[in-house]
Amino acid sequence: MITQAVQEREHYLNASYGMKSWLLTKDHKRIGLLYLATVTLFFFLGGAFATLIRIELLTPTGGLVSSETYNKLFTMHGVAMVFFFLIPSIPATLGNFFLPMMIGARDLAFPRINLLSWYLLVIGGLFSLFAMLAGGVDTGWTFYTPYSTTYSNTWVIATGLGIFIAGFSSILTGLNFVVTVHTMRAPGMTWFRMPLFVWANYATALIQILGTPVLAVTIVLLFCERVFHIGIFDPTLGGDPVLFQHLFWFYSHPAVYIMVLPAMGVISELISTFSRKPVFGYGFVAASSMAIAVLGFLVWGHHLFVSTQSVYAGLVFSFLSYFVAIPSAIKVFNWTATLYKGSISYATPMLYAFGFIGLFTIGGLTGLFVACLGIDVHVTDTYFVIAHFHYIMVGGTIMAYLGGLHYWWPKMTGRMYPEGWAKLSALVIFLGFNLTFFPQFILGYLGMPRRYHVYPEEFQVLHVLSTAGASVLAVGYVIPMMYFVWSLRWGKMAAANPWGASGLEWHTPSPPPSHNFEETPVVTQGAYDYRGVIGEVIEVG
Amino acid sequence: MSAPSHQHIDSVGLYFLVFAGLIVLTIVTTAVAFVDLGPFSVVVALVIAVCKMLLVALFFMHIRHSTKLTRLVVLGGLLWLGILLTLSMSDFVTRGALGVPGR
Amino acid sequence: MASPAHAESLALREQFDTAAQQKDASTLGMWIFLITEIMFFGGMFLAYTVYRGTFPLVFAVASSSLNVYIGAANTVVLLCSSFTMVLAVRAAQLGQQRAIIFFLILTLLLGGVFLGVKAYEWNEKFEEHHIPGATFHLEGVAPDQQGHAQLFFSLYFAMTGLHALHMVIGVGILTVLILQTRKGRFTADYMTPVDVAGLYWHFVDIIWIFLFPLLYLIDRHLK
Repeated sequence: MITQAVQEREHYLNASYGMKSWLLTKDHKRIGLLYLATVTLFFFLGGAFATLIRIELLTPTGGLVSSETYNKLFTMHGVAMVFFFLIPSIPATLGNFFLPMMIGARDLAFPRINLLSWYLLVIGGLFSLFAMLAGGVDTGWTFYTPYSTTYSNTWVIATGLGIFIAGFSSILTGLNFVVTVHTMRAPGMTWFRMPLFVWANYATALIQILGTPVLAVTIVLLFCERVFHIGIFDPTLGGDPVLFQHLFWFYSHPAVYIMVLPAMGVISELISTFSRKPVFGYGFVAASSMAIAVLGFLVWGHHLFVSTQSVYAGLVFSFLSYFVAIPSAIKVFNWTATLYKGSISYATPMLYAFGFIGLFTIGGLTGLFVACLGIDVHVTDTYFVIAHFHYIMVGGTIMAYLGGLHYWWPKMTGRMYPEGWAKLSALVIFLGFNLTFFPQFILGYLGMPRRYHVYPEEFQVLHVLSTAGASVLAVGYVIPMMYFVWSLRWGKMAAANPWGASGLEWHTPSPPPSHNFEETPVVTQGAYDYRGVIGEVIEVG
Repeated sequence: MSAPSHQHIDSVGLYFLVFAGLIVLTIVTTAVAFVDLGPFSVVVALVIAVCKMLLVALFFMHIRHSTKLTRLVVLGGLLWLGILLTLSMSDFVTRGALGVPGR
Repeated sequence: MASPAHAESLALREQFDTAAQQKDASTLGMWIFLITEIMFFGGMFLAYTVYRGTFPLVFAVASSSLNVYIGAANTVVLLCSSFTMVLAVRAAQLGQQRAIIFFLILTLLLGGVFLGVKAYEWNEKFEEHHIPGATFHLEGVAPDQQGHAQLFFSLYFAMTGLHALHMVIGVGILTVLILQTRKGRFTADYMTPVDVAGLYWHFVDIIWIFLFPLLYLIDRHLK
């Protein structure tokens, strides 16, 4: 009966058919899915490079690839993962899909610009993909000068152009989100009634707007120097390569908050729904999102501690770097407090949320280690730093992303994923992740440099453990790919609110109609109000 | 056809006055550049430029009549530019202050 | 000419509930875009600050090789174009179709003059061997400081070039606006595109308001 009704009901997926209806869509939900497909492709591309890196590192003297090729592998791994997967991932997929719904809007403020921003990501991706296939780029994803401007013989310009174009995708998404939140909230949807996922994406959007243009101009200057030999960073002219590093990291540090803030937004939603409790200290969590966005712009010099940055500047940046940890910690405390006396269920999204809290905490604490100028002098450019940021990006962001995908999958597709397989892969991912990256903290502490493929024999055991972990992790990532696709055809049909969640997106059928709501909702209560909410299917244990 | 009542429409006269002010300031800044003011030359030049910017922003871009949100956005942008410049320069101006080579 | 209500409903996009909401969104969107431009140019202003602070005398010599009178005149041209642009916006607010077109065309022409003068100046630099590269040479600067002088000109070309690119885009936008005005697209109730285009044009003018003294007026009293 229900099956029949859902099949006949019109929604955003069956409202129109054909390539043109997707490639020229203005529907934020369809655009979210277009992004989902794109970022998934880049995730697996970046993963392929990671696989080759980990295989190479099984033996101390390398042997699988030359040094030059190895340089290309870690560069392209970074470029694909940072610019074409992590930065767009949550905002452009889940954010695009759900931000308008969560505030009761029919779409974003600028739907055509939304579509344009997807095309820009694709075009940028194609340029970078071309560079990768045509021979690769070997400067590191950080493109430090003068190697990138003068000495590298690889496809720097093509890759840079790809990143430049993708940057505009990011800026436009941010612009769209900010204008939407300011001007398109439904009647009664005040700022402090918005779900924390919206706050998180709003704060992220501010970073995208204020930071990405600096990356863009940095790439322009790199381009000018490499192509026209207009030396801005050229030391032979009196230029300063560290100027490049200031400009690059002015964006790239806030960029890591672009990557983690939306993830935190997802976690707020998951923790609340699966504890059936409002997020503890809503105001503090919302304010923390904004604080992270602001403070994140004041700390970039901690990437320049061992450059010729002055010691005084180093001290200032080190000092400020401690502050940025505070709002993140506040969030972790508040999520934990949300769990207290909550009615907790262990559905897959919640497992990912737990994983996030543990792994992000480790990643964040090790961030304090590297924020300390004295310690960083020893561990910078070692595997300690690599472990630190992978704990946050993979243990944090990717776990949250998967949690969010599982949580909102029924809403987006009208289908449930298979819970048993999902729980299994969450476990596999958690174990694989820790086996991959925990040894890297030890390796880094012992002095293993990053970006090296030849290393002393005594490090081999740890590298082998790490590679073993990576294999497990890879399996863990492939399984959801398979069952998500499977579920589109054979998954259980999903009701409007399978989790008993609050939030406007759950008040509309699964999948939602093209215009999101039959009538513009009028909001009379805050977020996370579970009184009177009944869920259809809550998977337990 | 008359304009909707919620819009402020400034007069041509006001715009002309602002324009005249901009021209005058351009002449002033050019002339002052030839006067030896030592380290204050750049300060005067920037102050004049900021005045011209304010004239364009307040009158031509209608910030005078704009919402608080617009003003916040503009101030935010300028503040962020300030962060980029000051924190970066905190490195460059303190180089060599400790007498340690390479720092 | 369409009645206000009709024009309003024609222009209202389906994601918005009211015309006022649409206008607010468009205006906020343009302002946010302009602050991305502030940060975009800002990176170059940082590079300028760093190098002028490091090589003040060489920068002064290099700056004096630019023709200050042409630079000032071009500044006046751009200020005139801002004046005509704001008059175009005002005409749009009053629904005066012919005046809109008149002032937009004037703005476009003045913008074209600016770009033409820029092209002339760049050509002059080319002939004087002030383009960074193998053939660069600046008189009045020692051989071991030629590199520092090149830094000035690298910034000169990068900054004025980026500015000129924004002018060209602005000229394109003006052209589209003129064509749309001729088709009667704008009324006193719906002139948002003209309004936000004006914001863009004025912003590009403000960038030049800073570029002129920073590039052309460095310690002119020294020469």
